[in-house]
Amino acid sequence: MATLREIKQRISGIKSTQKITKAMKMVAAAKLRRAQDAVVAARPYAKKMKELFNRLTGFTDISTHPLLTIRPVNNVAVIIITADRGLCGGFNSNLIRSAVYHIQTIYGDMNAAGKVKLFCVGKKGSDFFQKNDYKIANRYLGIFQDLHFDHARSVINDVVKGFLSGEYDKVEIVYNEFKSLIQQRVIIDQILPITPVVNQSSSATDISHLTSHISSINYIYERSIEAIISSLVPKHLNFRLWHALLESNAAEQGARMSAMDNATTNASELIRSLQLHYNKARQASITKELLEIVSGAEALKNA
Amino acid sequence: MADKTFKLEIVTPTKVVFRGDVVSFTAPGVMGSFQVLHNHAPMLAEIGIGTAKLRDANGTEIVYATSGGFVDVLKNQVIMLAETIEISDEIDIPRAESSGERARQQLADKLSESDREEINAALNRASNRIRIAEKR
Repeated sequence: MATLREIKQRISGIKSTQKITKAMKMVAAAKLRRAQDAVVAARPYAKKMKELFNRLTGFTDISTHPLLTIRPVNNVAVIIITADRGLCGGFNSNLIRSAVYHIQTIYGDMNAAGKVKLFCVGKKGSDFFQKNDYKIANRYLGIFQDLHFDHARSVINDVVKGFLSGEYDKVEIVYNEFKSLIQQRVIIDQILPITPVVNQSSSATDISHLTSHISSINYIYERSIEAIISSLVPKHLNFRLWHALLESNAAEQGARMSAMDNATTNASELIRSLQLHYNKARQASITKELLEIVSGAEALKNA
Repeated sequence: MADKTFKLEIVTPTKVVFRGDVVSFTAPGVMGSFQVLHNHAPMLAEIGIGTAKLRDANGTEIVYATSGGFVDVLKNQVIMLAETIEISDEIDIPRAESSGERARQQLADKLSESDREEINAALNRASNRIRIAEKR
């Protein structure tokens, strides 16, 4: 049986761990708020961007635009967004598992032939895929500490360059979406070639309605529609990645917060049961000492 | 004031920079700078690197440095979409200067056509910021 001192040491060890997890939880909560604010702040832009994009692509044939051209797929690039740091429950491992499964099942042959290239955002994913001999085209580490729109831009820049030069014919993105504090959803999405949003289920009629409405107004276009589209498309992409980064960041902080909350509760549980052990052991030793004294005195009396 | 106003919104991916009633709005269109007033015809314009200016209902003028985007005008509702836009007072001059310097150095190296274009754009953005900041 553990001695009193050993139990005491364990208790104080767990107590200090609990302090750390508690602090981490609080930090994550603060960061989560900021991350959620950023998601909300991006909404007006998202709405307008989507509207413009749908409106313009609605009444012009854009399938000839190089970023919208569907080519036979020989090479694929996948953007994988994970966190830079751990201690956030299954956040990274779930995402990595889904990404690996996706790559193995859909692009298994291509991957074996080295035709799947990865763009890794976040240290955790990048470490994993490097260790497992995946082909990594580029790594972007440490960007979540100070998330900036330029980060999204630089990633998209690299990806678009590769797509236009024919290095890959299709680009997908894998990231965690913030669903709730305890839940993240892994999203796998194609970002290149861009699939026009118009054919999305019910909204199609709305949009064609809107389009016919707008085209009946005599709109002035400063620059031709085609020219506007070709500069809108990269901005649309930048924003999509930016949105994914924001979602992932919020999801990460949410996951960390609930993981640390669990850890703190577990620690309290452990401390409680250890404290019980400690009290029992102390009582046992006191009883033992008393017994010894009493039986010693008894022995003396008999002598 | 008898001036007629219209609604203007300036949005970026990170925040809504301005939202309110204004009398006039000037933006650096790619085909030349233009001004929007009350009852402007419907228009969609692409804008380039330059100065955007607005005058609100009280006659206060706000100057921005922008690096491109779109302006959509419809029925006295104007929305400007910009990836980056800064009020002239908030321009970080040292940062603009250092990125301009970096671009200049990179231009000295041999580069592919697309890289050169990109760096030229960065240089333009930096000098635009400095130019606007110096005027304040």
